[in-house]
Amino acid sequence: MSPALIVATNILLFFTLYAQVLLLFTFFEKKNVFTNTGGNNDTPLKRYPIVTVIVPVWNEEKTLGGTIESLLALDYPKDKLDILIVDDGSTDNTRQVANTYKTHPEVRVFSKTNGGKHTAVNLGISKARGEFIGCLDADSYVDKNALSRIIRCFEDSQVMAVTPAIKVHTPENILQQMQSVEYDMGIFLRKVYGSMNAIHVAPGPFSIFRKEVFDKLGGYVKAHNTEDMEFAMRMHKNHYPIANVYDSYVYTVTPKTIKGLYKQRLRWVYGFLENAKDYRMMIFNRKYGNLGVFTLPAAIISIFVALFFTGLAIVRIASSLWRKILEMQAIGIPLRFEWPQFEWFFVNTSETSMVVYALSLSTVFVILVGKKLSEGNMKPNISMLYFFMFYGILAPTWLFKAVYNVALKKKTTWR
Amino acid sequence: MHSVDWKKYFYVFLVTGAIFLTAFFVSNTLGNKKIEDIQTMQNRVSIDILSSETQFALLSESSCETVGDTSLSKDLDSLAAKLSYAEVNLNSNKEDVLWLKKNYSLLEIKDYVLMKKLSDRCQVKPVYILYFYSNRAGACPDCQKEGIVLTELRKKYPGLRVYSFDYDLDLSAVKTLESLYNVQPELPAMVIHRSVQYGWKSVEDMEKVMPELATLTGTTTPVETSKNTTKK
Repeated sequence: MSPALIVATNILLFFTLYAQVLLLFTFFEKKNVFTNTGGNNDTPLKRYPIVTVIVPVWNEEKTLGGTIESLLALDYPKDKLDILIVDDGSTDNTRQVANTYKTHPEVRVFSKTNGGKHTAVNLGISKARGEFIGCLDADSYVDKNALSRIIRCFEDSQVMAVTPAIKVHTPENILQQMQSVEYDMGIFLRKVYGSMNAIHVAPGPFSIFRKEVFDKLGGYVKAHNTEDMEFAMRMHKNHYPIANVYDSYVYTVTPKTIKGLYKQRLRWVYGFLENAKDYRMMIFNRKYGNLGVFTLPAAIISIFVALFFTGLAIVRIASSLWRKILEMQAIGIPLRFEWPQFEWFFVNTSETSMVVYALSLSTVFVILVGKKLSEGNMKPNISMLYFFMFYGILAPTWLFKAVYNVALKKKTTWR
Repeated sequence: MHSVDWKKYFYVFLVTGAIFLTAFFVSNTLGNKKIEDIQTMQNRVSIDILSSETQFALLSESSCETVGDTSLSKDLDSLAAKLSYAEVNLNSNKEDVLWLKKNYSLLEIKDYVLMKKLSDRCQVKPVYILYFYSNRAGACPDCQKEGIVLTELRKKYPGLRVYSFDYDLDLSAVKTLESLYNVQPELPAMVIHRSVQYGWKSVEDMEKVMPELATLTGTTTPVETSKNTTKK
């Protein structure tokens, strides 16, 4: 490596390590502090306000039933629940499935011509009866304690929105198991960001808001197909705190195929970058607290850090491939097989590698803490292996494409 | 409301700095340990050469039949690989690595001289190659490939002695060797049968040029080192 490249690598590694240490530091600092007053405390609430849950749905006949069933099973008084299914012009049997739930007094069904998720949620908001309003995607399912744990958090009058802990619904294949590790890490991150009042996404699955937030800030906008990110940023712009309850579990169906995952993540990363552009006045602006000075800049820089290190890895792989090609050119395909021999001398002990080892260790720790928050134990499992094996290969593809699309002003689509 | 705990950001900065410094310290310590490893190996090789020299001195008083195995330490193969690795990877120990490389080249030359004396005295025909390469960017595009060929030859004919030298190494003994055979900077260059051959040669080419390879038995010989070549 050239000296300039070594310096650049060390600066980026320092930044990455700094971010990692800050997250761990905050985690331990606030380890026993919930952003709500509940946590595992499932004693009855002081009062049960009416909560509207909007389920925007478009061609989701297969998963809608499960979503509504999970809402009906919530440990929350039925007469205080207001479930709105908003069919956004489905062309399959979604409407028929939705109509079967009309027999439940707490369920109402609305239909409209297709206009995008944000329009469906906005229709729901306009029809809402609740003091609190939330949204649940029709491919997600709530744990029975999820709502009461979230509502307990609103006993703090400062809190304007609460995000849950999102887990992968029955991870089946390797790709979904890989995502389950990522989602567990997300639980850790959201808990830490929540304690810093720096959550920059109020995700579609079951984020709950005070109704006055919509009254004062308006409804959702298209926002580059990531309306939940935009709304969270709008809230921060108006200094409305967003909290997190890490044991309010919501399960979501994740993509089963690489193509599906790629499209979803491309939309997320592209949407984040575009929304960050739209709210650039918040970046490095201490007026917006930790969100301005840390979360937003870190999220943007980390995309470029990931791409930089992917580039380095590609160069290394290409150089060892080149060596193999040269070998084949020089002596043909070797007929004998030689087992690689381990000798500590050949272990990379450069300064950069040492920092990378430290970072890898802390990443493993973050994953294990995420697992503890999500499943109650820190036992390593096979999913972690899948995560380490494949995530680093897959993620750069959508990161690169998202940056490319933003740079060339190419739009991404939902599906 | 939004607020920033600047003190925390500062403490985290200090902690991160401390981790970085620790990483640098550990890396440096391990780097030095690797250098020590190479030094220890070179000391062993040096003793082997001294032993061979002593053996040669004794030869004048005895017959060639008592010479036995005059090959150098088996450490040489491993030493070459480690030096090669160190040259690329131990950035913070560049001076030490360069010194070790010079030392290694001298050990090779000493063995070469000893081997020549031995062959004159005992009328044995050693099979050897003096190989000159360069690690300088753009100076020798084919050196990496030639290194692979020589590695393969060494595997195929363990009795072959390959002495490899970095053409750019600032060491008078190497410069003398270069001028002795009038080696021009058209690399890779190999001295075979006292004449210089330039350019890339395949395993088959080498076997044609050196038919005596087929007569070699499996003994250990010196090896070469460069970032372009691995152990020979």
